[in-house]
Amino acid sequence: MGDEIVHALKGVSLDIHEGEFVTIMGSSGSGKSTMLNILGCLDSPSSGSYHIDGVPVNSLNRNELATIRNEKIGFIFQAYNLLPRTTAIENVELPLIYNNKISSEERHRRAVAALEMVGLGERLDHTPAQLSGGQQQRVAIARSLVNDPVIILADEATGNLDTRTSYEIMSLFQELNRKGKTIAFVTHEPDIAEFSGRTVILKDGHIIKDDINTDINDAARELAALPKEDHE
Amino acid sequence: MKTRILNLIKIALKAIVLNKMRTLLTMLGIIIGVASVIAMLAIGEGSKQSIRDEISSMGSNMINIRPGADMRGGVRMNPSEMQSLKLKDYEALKEEASLLAYVTPQVSGSGQSINGANNWPTSIYGVNPEYLDIKIWDLQDGSMFTNAEVRSAAKVAVIGQTVAENLFTNGEDPIGKMIRFNSIPFKIIGVLSEKGESNFGQDQDDVILAPYTTVQKRILAIDYIQTIVASAISEEDAQGAVDEISTILRKQRDISGNEDDDFNVFSMDELISTFSSTSEMLTVLLVAIASISLLIGGIGIMNIMYVSVKERTREIGLRMSVGAKGADILLQFLIEAILISVSGGIIGVILGFSATLFIKGFLGWPTIITSYSVIVSFAVCAVTGIFFGWYPARKASALDPITALRYE
Repeated sequence: MGDEIVHALKGVSLDIHEGEFVTIMGSSGSGKSTMLNILGCLDSPSSGSYHIDGVPVNSLNRNELATIRNEKIGFIFQAYNLLPRTTAIENVELPLIYNNKISSEERHRRAVAALEMVGLGERLDHTPAQLSGGQQQRVAIARSLVNDPVIILADEATGNLDTRTSYEIMSLFQELNRKGKTIAFVTHEPDIAEFSGRTVILKDGHIIKDDINTDINDAARELAALPKEDHE
Repeated sequence: MKTRILNLIKIALKAIVLNKMRTLLTMLGIIIGVASVIAMLAIGEGSKQSIRDEISSMGSNMINIRPGADMRGGVRMNPSEMQSLKLKDYEALKEEASLLAYVTPQVSGSGQSINGANNWPTSIYGVNPEYLDIKIWDLQDGSMFTNAEVRSAAKVAVIGQTVAENLFTNGEDPIGKMIRFNSIPFKIIGVLSEKGESNFGQDQDDVILAPYTTVQKRILAIDYIQTIVASAISEEDAQGAVDEISTILRKQRDISGNEDDDFNVFSMDELISTFSSTSEMLTVLLVAIASISLLIGGIGIMNIMYVSVKERTREIGLRMSVGAKGADILLQFLIEAILISVSGGIIGVILGFSATLFIKGFLGWPTIITSYSVIVSFAVCAVTGIFFGWYPARKASALDPITALRYE
């Protein structure tokens, strides 16, 4: 796994290294959506270049970008974006359906493993309507893990969740990061950024701050410290 | 590639199952379209066949050869008074024609038939035994005269039902009895089965058949023949047989290159094609109406696919973000459209068959389901699915994933 380099957004240059947990912060209009789109190969920079896992993305066409997304990127959205009336296991299998190299048995096995990793091994056949918001986001996280991506991109992944559930999800992200997953997490909540190892702040298309966080907050501990009445 | 298509079919099937009611309503147009095409064609084909059968029963292969109009010193002569058709012409046809199954000379006259106190005005036809094969006519009783009896100009006769009824009023058996026709005695050797009225309202059973030699010599005192009646070996060969007859007769009668025929050859072909074209037109009309409902069914599919694409914009965005290519999305929606139209087609075929059976069973209409009507309507269905599914699917595949993901 190599480095991902971005020269974009008015002279922005950013390396995300393997195993890093980076939060990207900024108010709306700061360019963080554009950055996320470029990182996720949904969009190409008008000038400059972007390499993911050693692959230069600029020269790729629509179909090649789709293949990169399919094999190297895991997406998590604020609104979960699960297919309605479709079971958790089928939702998680989705990225692998578009990968012809993976058999249906392999697909099922990997989807079950991903759901077990996010703690939903017992709810494989539940549809989104039968799951809480936190559980739905866990399904979405399992979906982002199932293709074993080089980077997981989370877009305001805790934006629709209450504090306790947010901490639960952040705890899951920290656990995944400890297992070696590279994560780029877009958020506007400063307390969420405390859980990551590095924070990049964007403003008007420029990086105004790029700090290594030496004092990483432990989400599991924060969760335990929450007052009991917060639980409902 | 195979697994990819299989996966896309699974996705499309799931979308259909999740929207059962909507899919069914969409299919309805196609179902009605296909069912009506099949039923309409079955009715059209059935009525065509029944007309054909009716004409066949009067001998659809039948060909009549009569002397043609001619000029005698600038005066046009009535063809029926012409005496130009000779036995040699008949013999030439008998020997040389390869497309004729049966051929007989025919002379006829009318007069009074008498049996004791009963008498009845009727016609006598002088023919050879092949006449019955040409007319597809059976004997009810007795036997037909033989070629030997024709050669010897025997005074034997076969009588039609109407003649039998009028001459033998008290139900006695006519076979073996003597009757007189224009005072010439004939021995009755057979009674024809009932044939009923012809399509032109003529009582076909009011007839006496006798050897043409006998009728020529004893009744008409002529040596020419009035008509030659023949039948082609099959209905398809009728036109060929007509041409062949012309060639043989022109040669036989020494008619050179650009001279007109002095004889006329009539086949039932024109009659059949007149009737057929009427029912053909009816069929085309019925199919046109049915096709319109197929078209409307197709537009229904297009409409629902549009709604479906709009509704599932976010889903399309998601699928693209996790790696679906434009072609995957296109195929997914196209397959969905085809599945809807093809399963609608299958249900339509079943319904069309049932409707046809119903029409046949309860209304008693003749119906024939042709395999081409099933194949064509089914093919039209599949094409409809592709045609009307293509544009919405194409639209879906061209969506920008970022826009689609954020679509509200």
